[in-house]
Parts: sequence; structure tokens; C-alpha cells
Amino acid sequence: METPEQIRDRLLARFPGAQISVVTNPGPAAEHALLLDAAHAREIAFFLRDDPALRLDYCSNVTGIDWPEKEIAETAKVSVPDPAGGPAKIVEQKTKRIQPGFLEVVYHLYSMALKQGPVILRLRTGNRTDQVTLPSFMPVWRSCDFQEREVFDLFGIVFEGHPDLRRILMWDEFKDHPMRKDYVAPDDFEWEPTPHSDVLARAQTHYPAASPAATGDGGKS
Amino acid sequence: MNTSDSDTLDPRLAAPLAPLPGPTVREVHDPFHGDLLEVSMGPQHPSTHGVFRMVVTLDGETIVKLKPVFGYLHRNHEKLGENTSYLGSMPYTDRLDYLCSMTNNWAYALAVEKLAGQPVPERAQYLRVILAELTRLVNHSCLVGFLFNDLGTSFTPLLYAFREREKILDLFEALSGSRMMCNYQRFGGCRVDPTPEWLEAARRIVEGFPRFLDEFEELLTGNEIMLARTQGVGCLSAELATSAGITGPMLRASGVGYDIRKVDGYGIYPRFDFRVPLGEHGDTYDRYMMRVLEMRESVKILQQAFRDLPAGPIMDAKAKIRGFRPKAGEAYGRIEGPKGEIGFYLVSDGGPNPYRYRVRAPSFVNLTVLEDMCLGHTIADSVVILGSVDIVLGEVDR
Repeated sequence: METPEQIRDRLLARFPGAQISVVTNPGPAAEHALLLDAAHAREIAFFLRDDPALRLDYCSNVTGIDWPEKEIAETAKVSVPDPAGGPAKIVEQKTKRIQPGFLEVVYHLYSMALKQGPVILRLRTGNRTDQVTLPSFMPVWRSCDFQEREVFDLFGIVFEGHPDLRRILMWDEFKDHPMRKDYVAPDDFEWEPTPHSDVLARAQTHYPAASPAATGDGGKS
Repeated sequence: MNTSDSDTLDPRLAAPLAPLPGPTVREVHDPFHGDLLEVSMGPQHPSTHGVFRMVVTLDGETIVKLKPVFGYLHRNHEKLGENTSYLGSMPYTDRLDYLCSMTNNWAYALAVEKLAGQPVPERAQYLRVILAELTRLVNHSCLVGFLFNDLGTSFTPLLYAFREREKILDLFEALSGSRMMCNYQRFGGCRVDPTPEWLEAARRIVEGFPRFLDEFEELLTGNEIMLARTQGVGCLSAELATSAGITGPMLRASGVGYDIRKVDGYGIYPRFDFRVPLGEHGDTYDRYMMRVLEMRESVKILQQAFRDLPAGPIMDAKAKIRGFRPKAGEAYGRIEGPKGEIGFYLVSDGGPNPYRYRVRAPSFVNLTVLEDMCLGHTIADSVVILGSVDIVLGEVDR
């Protein structure tokens, strides 16, 4: 089976405008991934599925990863010229750089026809707030149906082109995306607004606090 | 109407009433079919194998639309996995598919071993195969029993299956301390070494298993009602099965020869001589037969494993239990579970907890095609088709 670098070169020759890079996996598994740009991703996915050498007809696993914004401290050695004319001094300079956050989708593709794989695809969103739309691969592989819905539900990535993008595990009225790293669980999961509290509040504005109707005992006290 | 009240109304309430979710039956008008009936089956329906709901739109008794609804058992297993150590997730994996804790453990251990580059000693590999195949026997015999429950046999075949299952669960209990929540595998080996008596008892149970299968098949396989209710019901084409990522016996019933034990050859499976049964029609009957035939192949694997089981350590000497921190990287480990491909995707940032912990659950993905299989069949058939998919809601909802 071709290495990710070979696949990337072949894809770049086929799709000249696309931006494809290899994301290396430093661990012992050493399964490197292909990072695609959102504009060409679906065309490339169709190509990978139908290419006779790859035949990646089976999309096994779809998942999201949240990478929040993080501060990276770097130390660089800078040579400072001596004003007195002596040899230049080498000084360690500490800089802080903010790496912008993004959301990532990972697809694990295999070939059932040729019994090979995996080829790992990654797509990244622009940020974590308003540029969270990525192309859906559901038209390419049906198995993305529920799994992309799950990523939408838990990570908040919007899949453009998915025909039925609804929440799947959380209930429809739920607001947040619980798999994000900055998600804070509510203190009381059971709390929900009831009409009862609104009615009570309104009753208190209609009746003075001391009146018998507001205490609810029908004026017996 | 009091105008001051309507100003403060929630805008959602002011909009036209949306259909109420819940166990309701309502009429839907479709310009093509005329009056249809929408039935919500579940979540407390005896045939849905747990808290699973199907919103079925019926034309007479025929299904024209089916939407599965789940998540009632959702506890965000993946977030729990990110908030605990690598080893801490091992007992949680038991609770995914609670019929197959041994294979869940193995899939997770395999992913972590791949992430950390951890070797596994020979004897542990054999024990893993033995326990995984015993789990397959448990799962498939129960599934066949439950499938017959869905066909309306009211527990008799299921109790035959439970009788055999109980023997194997006794083995699991003797070995790991728990019948179903085994928590047995570790990164780099297994937790307990079985005694010679345990192996002898296990060998005897496996020797007796084909006799149970013969009895089971004699009662069930040729049964006329069974044939009438399952043959040609819920057909799944090979193309759709591949595209929808269906795995396990359900995929092979559609005639696609893809068994991860053969394809990946994980563990020591290439050493065993076994065949992968394939179906022809992809209907409910083929899915039933797949399970029965796979059980016979599992017995063959078990006999070879008992014969070849070597002596030796069950844990790799260099395996780290406490303070386990794999290097930064990621790994996707998958095995052929009884229900299909169960995979774990782990991303490590070098810390004691996984940065990302993902479970690829076979029953969750296998539900994708439920609607496609049910369309055009009667509502009674949808129960049987769902039964042949083999879902466990602990794994679907995670």
C-alpha cells in the first residue's frame, strides 16, 4: 500500500489547487495522516474511494478532536552585538506565541475490496466559534451519517451537505457541545425552567407580599 | 387574549405547535400516500433491546419511513475516558457492550499497546483469544435467543441459550471475579493466570458446545415459522453494507468477506485454522445463520488454542501499570468483536490521561441501515430486523 506521502503527491498532481499536507504521528503506531483543505475535501474523498489502487470503500471511524487556543513558550538564542565592539553575546530570549484554536475531524478509511488501510484524513476548521463548517463526507460514505451527527452534537462542527444534521446523543433542546475541552457541566442536570416559577413571580407582582392570596392559605391566617 | 402576557411568551411557544415527542400515535397527511400513521415504538418497548426508540411512519401496516432515536443511556463515556487515567478506563469499557466485556477490554488494551509500543507475551495472547472466542459464543447464542423472542417464541430458545451462557459466565467469574464486568485485560498482558483446573473446565464446556448447537439448530433452523418470518426479510445489499460501514456477522451475511481476524491478523489469529462463513442474500435468515456458523468456527479456534496454550508469563515484564504515560502520538486499534469492528482511537499528549479517547462502537454504526432494511416491510418485521442487527444500547449511546 502507498505511503501517505505518495498518496499526497498523487493527489496534488490530480487536484492542482488543493492544499494537502502530511501530519506525522510521532508515536510508535506511526500512522501518518493527510490534512486536506475544506474546499477540495469532498472531491478528494470521492477520488480516494474510486481510485483503483486504493479503493477506500469503507470509512470506519469518524471523530472530532478539540484543540483550544494555547500559549506556547519558546526560547530562542539571539546573538546581541556588543556596543563596545567586543564579540557578540548570545542571549536566550523567551517569547510567547498564541497558537489559535481549532476543531479537527479525523476519518479512518480502509479498503474492504483490497483489504488494506488505514488511510487517515484530517480536516480542520478555521476557529472554534464562527468558522466551524466543514464539508460532509456522507455523500461519499454512508457510514458518516450517524458519526458526523455525533461530531456535530458533541463538538459543534457543522457538516455542510449532510442531509439530516440533528443532535443524536444529546436531546434536541441542549445548547452546548459537551466534548469541547472548555465545556463546563451544569451543577444540576435535572434543572429545567418550569412555568411554575414564572407563575409564582407574576403572582408576587399582582398581590402585595402580606396579602393572604400570596401566601396561598386562602386568608385563614 | 391578554396582550401583555403574549409579549413575554417564549417565542418557541408562539410558533405553531411542533409534534410532541414521546409514545404517541398521530396521523400524518402525505399528498402521495394519503393518510399515514406515525407510531413511536419505544423507548420502553420490550422488543427494542433497551431504551431505543423508532419513529415509524406507516401506510397501513407497511413502513414508509423509520427514524431511530437514541441517546437515552448517554453518559458521555468519551469525556469520562479523557478525565481518568489510561488504566482507569479499562473497567468502563466493560460497560459499553455489557455482553462482551472481554472483547471490549481487548480492543482497548490493543489500542493502548499500539499507542505505547507495548509487546504482549505469548501466553497472554492465547488467553485473549480463548476469552474473546468464549465471548463470541456467549454473545451469539444470546443473540439467537433474543431474535427468537422477537419472533414470538416467548423465552424458550432464549433459556436454552442462557443455560449455556451461564456455564461460560461461571468460567469468567472464576477467572476474573465477575460474570459480566470482567475488567480482565491489562496493557501488556492479562490480569490473572488461569489454573489448570480452570482450563480443564473450560475445555470440557467447549467440547460440549457443538452438542448444544446441534440441539439448538435442530429445534430452530428448519422451523417453518422461522423460515417464513426471516427469509427475504430485511435484505441488505453488499454495496450498501460496505458503504455504510457495517461490520461483523451482519456484513458477512451480505456476502462481503471482511473479518478483521483475517484482514489485520491482530494478536495471534493467523496461527489458527478457521473459516469465515459468508451469506448470500443478506436477509434476516442469513444473519441468523452467520451467528450459528461463527459459533462452530469459534469452537474450532478454542480447541486449537487449548491444545497449543504455552506456559510462561502473562504480563510483559517491562509493562508499566502505575504512572503509565505514553509518549505523544495517536493510535487506532480495532478488533473483530462479536458485533463487528470495535475500535478505540487514542490521542496522547504525553500526560497520564488520554487527550482524546474515542470508541468506535459496532452497534452504533450498524444501526445506520436500519431504515433501509425496514422500508416496505410490515411493522412486525421491523422488530425481527432490529433483533438481527444485534445492538446493545450501552454501546450505542455510550
